[in-house]
Amino acid sequence: MLTLYLPRDAAALAVGANAVARALKDEAARRGVEIRLIRTGSRGMAWLEPLLEMEQEGERLGFGPLAPEDVPELLDNFDTHPKSLGKIDEIPFFNRQTRLTFARCGVNDPLNLDAYRAAGGLNGLEHALRLSPEEIIRDITESGLRGRGGAGFPTGIKWETVYKANGTRKYIVCNADEGDSGTFADRMLIEGDPFLLIEGMAIAARAVGAARGYVYLRSEYPQAHATLSQALQIARRAGVLNRAFDIEIRLGAGAYVCGEETALLNSMEGKRGVVRAKPPLPAHAGFLNCPTVVNNVLTLAAAPTIMARGAGFYRDFGLGRSRGTIPVQIAGNVRRGGLFETAFGMTLAELVTDIAGGTATGRPVKAVQVGGPLGAYFPPYKFTTPLCYEAFDDQGGLIGHAGMVVFDETADMLALARFAMEFCALESCGKCTPCRIGAVRGTETLDRLRAGDPAARPLIEDLCETMREGSLCALGGFTPYPVLSALRHFPEDFTPVQEAAQ
Amino acid sequence: MTQTDTLAQIRAIAMSHAQAEGPLLPLLHAVQDRFGHIPAEALPEIAQVLNISDAELRGVISFYHDFRDAPPGRRILRLCRAEACQAMGAPALIERILAHLGLERPGTTDDGALTVEFAYCLGLCACAPAALLDGLPLGRLTDAALRTALEEPQC
Ligand SMILES: Cc1cc2nc3c(=O)[nH]c(=O)nc-3n(C[C@H](O)[C@H](O)[C@H](O)COP(=O)(O)O)c2cc1C
Ligand code: FES
Repeated sequence: MLTLYLPRDAAALAVGANAVARALKDEAARRGVEIRLIRTGSRGMAWLEPLLEMEQEGERLGFGPLAPEDVPELLDNFDTHPKSLGKIDEIPFFNRQTRLTFARCGVNDPLNLDAYRAAGGLNGLEHALRLSPEEIIRDITESGLRGRGGAGFPTGIKWETVYKANGTRKYIVCNADEGDSGTFADRMLIEGDPFLLIEGMAIAARAVGAARGYVYLRSEYPQAHATLSQALQIARRAGVLNRAFDIEIRLGAGAYVCGEETALLNSMEGKRGVVRAKPPLPAHAGFLNCPTVVNNVLTLAAAPTIMARGAGFYRDFGLGRSRGTIPVQIAGNVRRGGLFETAFGMTLAELVTDIAGGTATGRPVKAVQVGGPLGAYFPPYKFTTPLCYEAFDDQGGLIGHAGMVVFDETADMLALARFAMEFCALESCGKCTPCRIGAVRGTETLDRLRAGDPAARPLIEDLCETMREGSLCALGGFTPYPVLSALRHFPEDFTPVQEAAQ
Repeated sequence: MTQTDTLAQIRAIAMSHAQAEGPLLPLLHAVQDRFGHIPAEALPEIAQVLNISDAELRGVISFYHDFRDAPPGRRILRLCRAEACQAMGAPALIERILAHLGLERPGTTDDGALTVEFAYCLGLCACAPAALLDGLPLGRLTDAALRTALEEPQC
């Protein structure tokens, strides 16, 4: 019997994994070969998807990217197939990673709770259940874990605030809105290892004394929704979720701003996803006015590792005040795109050149946008910046959810700056004027710049300052990052048309 | 389906959500899953069951991009136009696709076969350009691949 593994992660499905699965089953049946095909999450090597794995003497051998046409030849001879990649563990993109959060992702059937346990799953929760809330919070604080949703807020302090807040009803809300372009780590984790998120939320619940959790999941992720729904049922049947703590999914409805935690809470309450003024913090008055932990998927998914292996183990990875690992998502115009989990501190150059192998088109890299639609565009001469919160801050950028979008030399930076303004206008919740009106004016002003109006340039700079200083949340407040970084680092793209013609 | 059937169904959906903490979004999703859009006649029913004003309800529905006030085409194509897809040529691809479908902007084709919507990231950014066709992901999209997908029978 041949044991094979093939992802059913959305990215693998998007490039034909189901057609490969059908071809494998049909061809095996035709030949009378018995195969066991286990559908898994993804290893995160997106350029190799659909990536088939075969188990041989305890090793996993990889084959990809596969098309259904490859299957007959593959079954004839695995060893010399042109799409053979050798051992998965030895693929450089894979073996240069430090996989803590994504250690299990892509290895097994994500809904097999026994396999999850066998691979060390639930050890963290079991340990946490033996500790007092104070001890859990102490460990999380000592691990140095900071929020992976964007703002990098220390997780231990957030949990402690909710723990100490008055109120009998408290909530754990997992932010799975993942709206940033270039990011997909939350989706991959939910599709590939959903029990890890459930375990992390249960640990958080234990720490702060919450009986109910919600996962606010974006509606653009139907596969993640299906997997997580099934995982919750399985966890309930196995008693991992129970009367003391249970989790429900809430679907978003296509509003980017609902990733902002207070807009998210309004949305969960059935209101328009409008940002709330802080204070009060969600930790004091969150969902339905109760003390609420709002954490990103990856933040919560880091908790089981910290519980199971110790705060010191986690803290030993990283750079400066950025501790642990960060799943970098490499996307856009790259040769090798996907998820690369690594300790903080790698430089952009290493990531873009060595790991990603440059652009897919083979043209020189022009810019990399880090941190989603509110993140700055980095030109190649700034690629020495190490990936950590502080260094990015110094460079006028942000790590955000650690998405990197690579552009080749054909990128039109003025068009990208305009898109940033257009996106902000489209997604603004409307509560504050700098964001709501500023973004519309920004789009118009960039159009004037394109048309050759030299007065538009100082106006844009001035407008960006108003948006940065005066917006209620980071949507309006950070849209100036992509706009101004494009303007500063790529001035040639902003030369008015007439001037350029002269 | 008669008007009274529709109303009864909407009422049943609304009642089944009424006890949830923050029932409105799950309720609206359930109505749209059932009818493909939020029918105008649903509004008074929902407002009454949840005891909210008509203005509040309309305010919520109009805030979210997902909710439609008219039935969509038989299939729904969501094309990503966010940055990672742009880096792989999405703007030009989208322009060609719309032209091929005879659409000037996102919307429904005249024959009612297809509704095209824009999306802003589908989490498929490492295999851009990307789209969702009736909820099924499509990546490394080319004109030819997309046309083939659109011609394949609906599953
Ligand atoms: C416009 C906007 C969008 C955001 N989108 C997300 C998101 O999709 N996912 C997320 O986890 N955090 C997002 N955030 C950050 C959240 O407000 C919040 O900081 C985070 O969920 C806290 O969790 P953490 O401490 O685990 O990072 C967004 C913030 C802003 C201003
Ligand atoms: S940017 Fe298109 S899928 Fe993410």
